Amino acid sequence: MSQARDLPLVEAKHLKEYFPVNIGMFRTRPLKAVDDVSFSIRRGETLGLVGESGCGKTTVGRTLLHLYKPTGGEILYNGKPVSSKADIHAFRKKATMVFQDPYSSLNPRMTVSDIIGEPLDVHKMYASRQERQERILELMNRVGLNSEHAARYAHEFSGGQRQRIGIARALALDPDFIVCDEPVSALDVSIQAQVINMFDELQAQMGLTYLFIAHDILVVRHISDRIAVMYLGKMVELADAAEIYERPLHPYTKSLMSAVPLPDPKAARANKRIVLTGDIPSPLNAPSGCPFRTRCPNATEACAAAMPEFKELAPGHYVACHRAGELN
Amino acid sequence: MPLLEVSDLHTSFFTPAGEVRAVNGISFNLDRGKVLGIVGESGSGKSVTAYSIMQILASTGKIVSGSIKLDGQELVNAGEKVMKTVRGNKVSIIFQDPMTSLNPTYTIGHQLMEAIHLHTSRDRRQARERAVEMLRLVNINEPEKRMNQYPFEFSGGMRQRIMIAMALACEPDILIADEPTTALDVTIQAQILELMKSLQEELGMAILIITHDLGVVAQMCDEVIVMYAGSICEQGTADEIFYNPRHEYTKGLLRSIPTADTAGAKLQPITGTPIDLLNMPKGCPFAPRCENAMKICLERRCERMEINEEHQAACWMNVKAGVEDGSIPIDTQEGGEAK
Repeated sequence: MSQARDLPLVEAKHLKEYFPVNIGMFRTRPLKAVDDVSFSIRRGETLGLVGESGCGKTTVGRTLLHLYKPTGGEILYNGKPVSSKADIHAFRKKATMVFQDPYSSLNPRMTVSDIIGEPLDVHKMYASRQERQERILELMNRVGLNSEHAARYAHEFSGGQRQRIGIARALALDPDFIVCDEPVSALDVSIQAQVINMFDELQAQMGLTYLFIAHDILVVRHISDRIAVMYLGKMVELADAAEIYERPLHPYTKSLMSAVPLPDPKAARANKRIVLTGDIPSPLNAPSGCPFRTRCPNATEACAAAMPEFKELAPGHYVACHRAGELN
Repeated sequence: MPLLEVSDLHTSFFTPAGEVRAVNGISFNLDRGKVLGIVGESGSGKSVTAYSIMQILASTGKIVSGSIKLDGQELVNAGEKVMKTVRGNKVSIIFQDPMTSLNPTYTIGHQLMEAIHLHTSRDRRQARERAVEMLRLVNINEPEKRMNQYPFEFSGGMRQRIMIAMALACEPDILIADEPTTALDVTIQAQILELMKSLQEELGMAILIITHDLGVVAQMCDEVIVMYAGSICEQGTADEIFYNPRHEYTKGLLRSIPTADTAGAKLQPITGTPIDLLNMPKGCPFAPRCENAMKICLERRCERMEINEEHQAACWMNVKAGVEDGSIPIDTQEGGEAK
């Protein structure tokens, strides 16, 4: 592969996002939603981000777009840091987001053409009304919406069509990078496949780069080139999609992969599930050392003492586990 | 005799926009000790089927016709008095959302004991013992202490386990689980499914699982019903449905889920949009989205027919195949020649 293609488009270095939580009068404690997370996404690549609720995957996506101001760390776009107000404004023209809930992420008082046209208005991307309208109709066609419906309101569309409206809005500025936050989890299976295919097609046509956040591992496995796994604000494993699915190294990833209910009765019967005991600890009282040690079948004293380093165990396969080397 | 016998059930909702036929003539049996799954997408009528059995429909909903027999006893039009002896005692239900199905203002113990008091003759002390025993059964640590805590002190997975404890406290014959793990994370989902399976084997009750997740069905069910737009498309053993689907909708559903083999390839979605229950087509409800739809599919509904002993499907494609290989004589099946 050439050097230029391998160059990361978006990079997060030691990204931290802490939210202050009130724990009494005038006292707060930081909730470490994202704690020292580093990764990079190559141009044209899809990075899948999986984890359970509260693990910080949505916060990573939002912080990456500066929807939240990062508490610490750095975000690089095309190798340059994004930090000043002007940087952020320019970055947001090239980086957009598709949200999870197609019911609440579209303003019910706006017509479809105004929803799709809003980013164009914000960034003043047209010279005339007509140019704006043409662009909107082109976007609607691109995502498979009937452009005759431009004057309708969001509630007149089904869930799958609404998600298409959200995608058209994200495409309005001709972005390079899209954060997709659970874009198909609210949709029925048959509609879900339509939308996933559309993400694939758009990527091929427009050379898009995705951060694809989802909890459905089969969906992420299908769409991603590489997959990152998060647990309690930390990234615990990162590898190629097939590699992480077939040869997970972190005990949490192992149980996560084995817990996926396979739509295949024979495989389900043969599957040796690693059922974890206990629940995810509260991120306000995260365990010392490795966050997974309270549920980990292999935890030792060393795991309580220090957070394991996120290191490359096999080429391109990163894992944060003290015992990953000896156990695998 | 099957434990639960549903025949030709029609349930409708009467809305200002018109009658919504949520369940449109379905029939099935559930035998003692079996796990039956109903799969379908939103609006397919799977939850309404469960609510009809329990008769806990919203005020606009009504069982229009059909029969639901539990152990031979007719439940439709049996009256609230009879239903009170059925709900909780013979048939229990757990809902999708464990966050909202517990009362936040009472302790877990109070709510568990209330269920036991209502349905059995145990006194206070015995009810308390039974509640603690049930919590232990669903793997809640320190059940005596947990009895005095409120729902907000429990995680989602624990709340769902408490709902299961409550549902099983009176040893029902049937447990209806309406999307029991949809709101939960995968590792917690695995815990709950494992728990339901082991309790089912231990206590020998029948389970009716309602879900949209084919993975959950593959893992849990002996038999599967596939619903679309208020009707049953296909019914059979789990192996038959997954490895030998004989309805175009089931085939489409199975094709559209991503698996390890589809990585890098295109998914094959079902085209079109879900059906509008207010404007149901005359023929097969799936015909407008079916790529193999024939003329007859748009004109007439196909009756459910037997594929083999363990499998039934309602799809004209099977009639067509039968006519072509000569197993269905044309003169007795009027549908056969009209393709």
